[in-house]
Amino acid sequence: MQTFIIRRLLQIVLVLLIVTILVFLMVRLLPGDPILMYMTQQNMEILSQEQIDVIRHDLGLDRSLAVQYVDWLSHALRGDLGLSIINRGDVAAEIIRRMPISMYLAGIAFIISIIVGIPLGVVSAVRRGTWLDSFLTSVGNLGITIPTFWLGILLIYFFGMKLDWLPIFGWTSPFDDLAMNIKQSILPVTCLTVAPIATAIRMTRSSMLEVMRQDYIRTAWSKGLKEQSIILGHALKNGLIPVITMKGMSLAHIVGGSVIIETVFSIPGMGRLAVEGLFSQDYMVVQGVMIVTGSVVLLVNLLVDLSYGWLDPRIRYS
Amino acid sequence: MAAQVRQDAGVIERPQRVNELRRFLKVFLGRPVVVIGLVIILLLLITAAIPNVLAPHDPTTQNLRTILAQPSSEHLLGTDSLGRDLLSRIIYGARTAVIVGVLALGLSSSLGMTLGLLAGYFGGLVYSIIMRFVDALMAFPAMLLTLSIVALLGGGMHMVIIALGIGMMTGYARVMCAQAISIKENDYVLAARSLGSSSWRMMVRHVLPNAFPPMIVMMTIMIGSTILAEAGLSYLGIGIKEPTVAWGSMVNDGYKWLLTNPLLSLAPGLAIIIVVYAFNMVGDGLRDALDPRLRGTL
Repeated sequence: MQTFIIRRLLQIVLVLLIVTILVFLMVRLLPGDPILMYMTQQNMEILSQEQIDVIRHDLGLDRSLAVQYVDWLSHALRGDLGLSIINRGDVAAEIIRRMPISMYLAGIAFIISIIVGIPLGVVSAVRRGTWLDSFLTSVGNLGITIPTFWLGILLIYFFGMKLDWLPIFGWTSPFDDLAMNIKQSILPVTCLTVAPIATAIRMTRSSMLEVMRQDYIRTAWSKGLKEQSIILGHALKNGLIPVITMKGMSLAHIVGGSVIIETVFSIPGMGRLAVEGLFSQDYMVVQGVMIVTGSVVLLVNLLVDLSYGWLDPRIRYS
Repeated sequence: MAAQVRQDAGVIERPQRVNELRRFLKVFLGRPVVVIGLVIILLLLITAAIPNVLAPHDPTTQNLRTILAQPSSEHLLGTDSLGRDLLSRIIYGARTAVIVGVLALGLSSSLGMTLGLLAGYFGGLVYSIIMRFVDALMAFPAMLLTLSIVALLGGGMHMVIIALGIGMMTGYARVMCAQAISIKENDYVLAARSLGSSSWRMMVRHVLPNAFPPMIVMMTIMIGSTILAEAGLSYLGIGIKEPTVAWGSMVNDGYKWLLTNPLLSLAPGLAIIIVVYAFNMVGDGLRDALDPRLRGTL
């Protein structure tokens, strides 16, 4: 078990290193020049080539790629993600300020998707062929189809504009005004959670159906066990293994979805920061956001791997 | 047919085997949603092929006298802020969705399958390098990855296709790699190797065709996600640019008039949903029909 964790950690460090190289190269090698963006932002279109070179030099962008990479990586390892090229703000500080907002919304959406999705999937499998199953299957199919941004706009139209029940944009910290925070969070969280609930229903259903066909379940039935103890005691634990894998990946999807949802609802989170950074070609912000997101996803995947051992004792880590 | 011959020869008495194609069609077309899905996809392809015949108006002609018109017999879904006919724009948007969906799907699947095949077939160092690279790509949410690539490339249809091709290839690479690893252990691959086949020939003639069915299913299931991802990029204003009509950017454009003209934003989104739903249903049906565990039943 320990050697497995150590080996996985080493592998993650390697992958993370590749992630940093990928991000760095992608941001640098693709066309687009942040200096030009910086100049338009500061109304400095009339700069001469020499002045541009001076700015480029000040920002350290005139050095070779390898030097820039090593410099950036060694700072990043110490938690320093550099300064934004556009507004000279500290990138790490900005990420730390915005990350709790995204994690709050994504976290709630993630938990709801588990609490709601998995039981519905189990019900759908156990009551296979009934109207309830058909209904839940349709919900699942529809949930993976609806674009998050469209759902957001639909909810804004009905609950924000027509009924005027909920605010349609913005963010208030739960520590400042909890009631307002809840009101403002309902619509974005709903949007973020629909697709993960749908995938959870679909995945749990097919995985449970698979397990219910196994010999040991038939044995359990023939022993005369109650349906409840067969499903909860025998089937669920094995049926959950592929679902856990999928939930690990769905966290990445929720994070990806929050890029769009934070834009729809004007929420100042990480996703919004990524979009703003990309629009203004701010290398440092984009690099920072992508590295932090990548690290979080890799850590979640590690936790998912480790949870297999608890769910299925047949899996030995060696 | 083969079973028939053997039975006639009287060698072994075998149970009558079910015709594979007929069994496949029976399962595949047995579900109403799959048939509906196929019909929708057919309609989509027709719409994408001849939007100029179907659309009542030109999608880009601006008419300042009919700005933000409500639905009427002249403009069935109304007009947008530049007086352009909404229905015609949705019809032309089908072409964009099909072109981007198909090309991005082709690019991502061929990229992913090539990398997965190389990694799985050669193993060792090749495997480690390719699959760690794929792992690294998978560490990013697909949305963030494609968004970054498009933004840095500068947007536009070509760039969206390239970005989706790279961003969505990881799944194919993983499945293909696993397939190749298991297929190359088969006796017929060993036999081909002992006959002196080159690595290239082994991969293309033996491993690839046998790994293909799951890849086809995966592609059918992924085309919906590909179209959704394109819509997301266009919604953020970073994907398909004017004058090309894209459903995602129409949803975004219409948002400003949501209170007075909700159809401007909601109708193009509905088009996305119908199309993606059709592809998802056909993909599900195809997977069930090709499921080897169901083979020989019915």
